[in-house]
Amino acid sequence: MAYSEKVMDHFANPRNVGEMKDADGIGEVGNPKCGDIMKMYIKVDNDVITDVSFKTFGCGAAIATSSMATELVKGHSIEDALKLTNKAVMEALDGLPPVKVHCSVLAEQAIKAAVSDYYTRQGIDPTPIVGEIHDCEECSFEE
Amino acid sequence: MIKRVYADNAATTKLSERAFDAMKPYFTEIYGNPSSLYTEGVNARKAVDKARDDIAVCLNAQPNEIFFLSGGSEADNWAIKGAAELGEKKGRKHIISSKFEHHAVLHTLEYLEKHGFEVTLLDVHEDGLVRPDELEAAIREDTALITIMYANNEIGTIQPIKELAAIAKKHGIIFHTDAVQAVGTIPVDVKDLGVDMLSLSSHKFHGPKGVGALYVRKGIRLPNLVHGGAQERGLRAGTENIAGVVGMAEALKESVEVMPERNKRLEKMRDRLIDNLLKIDRSRINGDRTNRLPGNVNMCFQGIEGESLLLSLDLKGISASSGSACTSGSLDPSHVLLSIGLPHEIAHGSIRMTFSTENTEDDIDYILSVLPPIVDRLRSMSPLWEKIIKNDK
Repeated sequence: MAYSEKVMDHFANPRNVGEMKDADGIGEVGNPKCGDIMKMYIKVDNDVITDVSFKTFGCGAAIATSSMATELVKGHSIEDALKLTNKAVMEALDGLPPVKVHCSVLAEQAIKAAVSDYYTRQGIDPTPIVGEIHDCEECSFEE
Repeated sequence: MIKRVYADNAATTKLSERAFDAMKPYFTEIYGNPSSLYTEGVNARKAVDKARDDIAVCLNAQPNEIFFLSGGSEADNWAIKGAAELGEKKGRKHIISSKFEHHAVLHTLEYLEKHGFEVTLLDVHEDGLVRPDELEAAIREDTALITIMYANNEIGTIQPIKELAAIAKKHGIIFHTDAVQAVGTIPVDVKDLGVDMLSLSSHKFHGPKGVGALYVRKGIRLPNLVHGGAQERGLRAGTENIAGVVGMAEALKESVEVMPERNKRLEKMRDRLIDNLLKIDRSRINGDRTNRLPGNVNMCFQGIEGESLLLSLDLKGISASSGSACTSGSLDPSHVLLSIGLPHEIAHGSIRMTFSTENTEDDIDYILSVLPPIVDRLRSMSPLWEKIIKNDK
């Protein structure tokens, strides 16, 4: 198992890392038992994600996919952000080892969770727009 | 170029110069088949015999009790499956082992379970040590084999093998120990230990990879491992890896020679590293501190994940390993760390650093200058750490 140079770059120099104090939406997925937690913060203006940041507990791929996901949604509309797939995150990172694919799923879900929280704060039911958040798919299978 | 500190000597070691030099002639000069009767063959035979003699001396065994194999995993497989077959003939289909054995042992036992054997895995407790009274209590009339590792590959704890082997002997049960992490690292005397079989691997003590041995006490008649020629007393056929066994023997002799001095030095380095890393908030040392290999450091840092710590260390030139799920290739962290009672979330944050004769105090200084800031950085971006701190307040 080896990571691509892009993954290592995003791991060593993560983009948009850190807490956002005045976030409009915060999403958290994963759990400590699995060894991955991703927390995404978004700032929304006129249905556009003007700023985004993350905090992640997890492996190299978890940190790199979080970082890449923030880059892929920053400055884009919520509509576009919800279209972000784990595959797009993986492709942008020049691929991930097979055992790390779940990290990219988590990154996709973390963005959705943040958008979901944003809608909830606006008094809008997020489920019809965002859909269900699949929180750590593999662990829920396990339990 | 950045400084590189190799701190993963439990994974493998650098081939020693002495071993390398001893091996060289056997690739291009003395390349005969030891089974041939002409000069080239005879010279190759002499080299294999001498290697066997040397290894026997290092372990206080007889040369005909040493069988050359491809490595530790093969040795474990043969010892366990062989003893199982011997037991089965007498209607004995129960094996006792421990929860934190190497996979070469655990997966072999799982295979035997599928073939009707029952396996009892002894607890290793929080300190990573098997309790002799618990071994004795687990023995049944149909116990065919007891196999307990000498020193654990992840947390470095050293089992009371002499005491455990004596219990096996008292009950007339074959005792095998996977001593892959012990041979060349700490003194190993098969007669004093009273073991029936012992596995060792060359590349763990600065010998070449792809070669190892099984000590089989005279009187234990293991079934054939590989059918074919008369090599290894007909039990493991195949032309000998001459350069390999020569290198293994030379490396073991060298390791035994330097051992007392080297271990004193390594213990000092190990303890300094552990003491200083324990100053990091919410850190812990895994496994007993006293009954521990001289070069083994295994720690957990709460709130961070082991693989990201490992990768960060690598970026700073330090090679270490981790028991996190992400490095084990499954969702679960290391079975060794779970066996000593660590919860998943703490076991994920483990790092193992293992030192050899190649390492220096400078290496420890360097690790101590690099590692704590990495832990701080990873914690600063960890939502789990944020929760740990919040719950504390």
